[in-house]
Amino acid sequence: MKLELKGITKTFGSLVANDHIDLLVEPGQVHCLLGENGAGKSTLMNVLYGLYDPTEGQILVDDEPVVFKGPGDAMAAGIGMVHQHFMLIPVFTVVENVALGNETTKGAGRLDLDTTRRKIKEISDKYGFDVDPDALVEDLPVGVQQRVEIIKALVRDAKVLILDEPTAVLTPQETDELLDIIRQLKTNGTSVVFISHKLREVKAISDTITVIRRGKVVGSADPSASATELASAMVGRAVNLSLEKAPARPGEATFAVRNLTVTDHNGQHVVDDLSFDIAQGEVLAIAGVQGNGQTELTEAVLGLQPHARGSVKLDGKELLGRSVKQVLDAGVGFVPEDRQVDGLVGAFSIAENMILDRYDRAPFAKGIGLKPSVIAAHAEKKISEFDVRTPSVTAAVGTLSGGNQQKVVLARELSRPLRLFIASQPTRGLDVGSIEFVHKRVIAERDHGTPVMIVSTELDEVLELADRIAVLYRGRLVGIVPGNTSRDVLGLMMAGIPPEEAGNAAGLHETAATPTTERHDGGGHA
Amino acid sequence: MPENLNTEPAAEQTAADTATDTALATADGRIPPSPVPVASQGGDLGHDGGGSLLRQIFTGNSLVAFLSVVLAIVLGGVLIAVTDEKVGAAATYFFARPSDTLSAIWTAASGAYVALFQGSIFNPNAQTFEGMIYPITETLTVATPLICAGLGVALAFRAGLFNIGAQGQIIIGATFAGWVGFTWHPPVGLHLALVIVGGLLGGAVWGGVVGLLKARTGAHEVIVTIMLNYIAQFLLLFLLTTPAFQRPGNTNPISPLLDQSALYPLVMGEQFRLHWGFLVAVAATVFVWWLLNRSTVGFEFRAVGANPSAARTAGINVSKGYILVMAIAGALAGLAGVAQVAGTEKVLSGGVAATFGFDAITVALLGRSSPWGTFWAGLLFGAFRAGGTAMQADTGTPIDIVLVVQSLIVLFIAAPPLVRAVFGLNPRKKKTKKAAVAAAEGAGAA
Repeated sequence: MKLELKGITKTFGSLVANDHIDLLVEPGQVHCLLGENGAGKSTLMNVLYGLYDPTEGQILVDDEPVVFKGPGDAMAAGIGMVHQHFMLIPVFTVVENVALGNETTKGAGRLDLDTTRRKIKEISDKYGFDVDPDALVEDLPVGVQQRVEIIKALVRDAKVLILDEPTAVLTPQETDELLDIIRQLKTNGTSVVFISHKLREVKAISDTITVIRRGKVVGSADPSASATELASAMVGRAVNLSLEKAPARPGEATFAVRNLTVTDHNGQHVVDDLSFDIAQGEVLAIAGVQGNGQTELTEAVLGLQPHARGSVKLDGKELLGRSVKQVLDAGVGFVPEDRQVDGLVGAFSIAENMILDRYDRAPFAKGIGLKPSVIAAHAEKKISEFDVRTPSVTAAVGTLSGGNQQKVVLARELSRPLRLFIASQPTRGLDVGSIEFVHKRVIAERDHGTPVMIVSTELDEVLELADRIAVLYRGRLVGIVPGNTSRDVLGLMMAGIPPEEAGNAAGLHETAATPTTERHDGGGHA
Repeated sequence: MPENLNTEPAAEQTAADTATDTALATADGRIPPSPVPVASQGGDLGHDGGGSLLRQIFTGNSLVAFLSVVLAIVLGGVLIAVTDEKVGAAATYFFARPSDTLSAIWTAASGAYVALFQGSIFNPNAQTFEGMIYPITETLTVATPLICAGLGVALAFRAGLFNIGAQGQIIIGATFAGWVGFTWHPPVGLHLALVIVGGLLGGAVWGGVVGLLKARTGAHEVIVTIMLNYIAQFLLLFLLTTPAFQRPGNTNPISPLLDQSALYPLVMGEQFRLHWGFLVAVAATVFVWWLLNRSTVGFEFRAVGANPSAARTAGINVSKGYILVMAIAGALAGLAGVAQVAGTEKVLSGGVAATFGFDAITVALLGRSSPWGTFWAGLLFGAFRAGGTAMQADTGTPIDIVLVVQSLIVLFIAAPPLVRAVFGLNPRKKKTKKAAVAAAEGAGAA
């Protein structure tokens, strides 16, 4: 099926989200839409999927103009969509989820799930999905839930599959598996529209790349183009992807964690007997697949975990057992992994968020009275220093884009003298331009002589920033390796293989297999 | 979540709070530069869970609040008309002379509202000037406890707590204040000060207990406050049968009169009931405004209310915030108790709090939880109460109609899209219409 968008324009009031966008998806092609957050990719796909009416423009399926009044029409025309946030009902089984909205019935309106079950089996076998039709969706890992979404589309005979930021929620292994699936779909004649701002994946999978910036198509690119070229097209200016950083000059190890164990409310050890040091002027990156104890580790250091044992010492003083306020006062700067939940008060102004942890002391307060003019002046200074794009410091932080929100958090945490800087997923959900900015700031803080701990599930980021890398698996330290360790070794370590073995395994496989299958094997052994 | 009750974080963050956070997170930034106008996203609250709906209702837009009042008054007028005897009589020959029915409807509704106005603001028919302005002083008198208790509800809500317990806090505040007022006999000046302190203290204890239970055990404040209302009410009734509280030689559950030195002085002389409690209420409004917007304590309260997770991560002690805000909220309600016992009633009885504690929730709701909004809403409800009595006396319209109007206001504020739809302000609706037209044109062109 050939899908064409002609001059699609979508406006919301005065805001032009899509401005005369043309797009041609050929049959059996992986067409990638590349653009920063807020460039208008999702709006365009929502128009295509019938969720929005286009203000102007036409959609053509096999050269015939069509009008979609809702997702039902789009599905009937052979378009399937997998949203970034899955549209599944957790307490339903896979079959029930797939049948939902498309139920076949036997006499007297009885559900006929067997037909659906058979179809799921067929598709599952064809593409090697390995999905149990009768499993409850809530019991499935995220990667498998995504496959259920793909099955949903395929059961409805989708010829064009739209994947909206499909890898945002996946681990590196799951991402590789997804890319395999996309390749198979392509071989079977299904076209895929792949929306992403992650350059490595885009380069790996696409046949054609269309770059969108501020609602307009700014050009198409060849997958063989370099990542720097793609990033520059996406951002609209020259971008330097490889961070220029001087080699670390580690000083004294002022931050020391010894035998740290954190138990959750079920009594499970989520952080298990962890010991490491960080020296002044050094970045230690904590790598690992999401949910292997990273969150609890940072929370324990900050004093947010009630059930932590062991010792966490900064400048020789024990942090464990102290209140969050005392820990912050000891000079710990903290960028939490979810800025909207733990980092910012969305309803508060930028100025108020800038002083969220220092509102009660000079120069921002005198006694219990706040000093609004000092607070506003401080915010003005910081938004220009950290390049926060906002009309005013009184704007609610919740109205800012993700990148600007993160800059507000960084501005707050980095604008006081620090003895330790912890950043958890510092660039999650950010666009290339903001990532570049955040990384520079982190390195600047390191060069300032602060011990820095970066927690990230993105290997790219870990490799970019780290002087040393500590890999966590199920709350335990798999090993600490130098910052230039290869991606493959790290991938194996993230699956729990100790560094020596991982080094050997990666070395052996390199000659025989593709990197993708290699990581499969690693996961399988663990 | 019983297994969570012993752990600190669970105690500090209930499921409802989490729901609020999640909802806020989605609304605030998950879709950062959302191209859809914020106004049209407002209608989507149904999906967001109870916490954020409550927040939206309590802090919604002032236009909706104003229109809700207008709409409720219009509907109240309709109710007055259809229950009026003359309208009923005229309606029997409606088809012969419809004008009779229409004029009867107008007379009934406008008559009732004119009486309400004359009973609450200004009465031009009175013989003396004092008589003319008497209604407005009555309104201010009745508004005093509403404003104080409303501030308590509003303040707690800004810290994310739904304080249903103003009723109990008023009662305990009044009990403390009343007991000081009729048992101790210190010198003039000091006595009133002690009465006020007693009221503040009583309310603060009754409110603070709620904060303490929430912070330490995770008990939900709505349940706790409702139960404490009952305890306060029956505790007072019990106390009024004990020698320490019951008027000597009386078998009714009523206390001795408070000493003259324990009472708020009258503002405008003997003809009017208006007392200094009203000025205290004004001062309380200024105080709450300052506390919320200009103090570090208020900053903590608002941070805890808007996002407890971020507050905790920034080193704010959320438990302490809950306890402190409930104590202050209780103290404000306690002031309402003082206004009743040392101002209007001058005696402690089982009905000293009337229904002020529950009306205070409505007042805070109408005032969108802002101090001055609550102040004006308190005045409006004071006017309803004061004028309702006059309306019943003058036109025979039952005072219950005022309750209906009050309830309708709440109902409309709770359903902003309904109000916007009635006044044709619904952005979503307009957009769909436009879109439909565009689609039709598009289809026509194709």
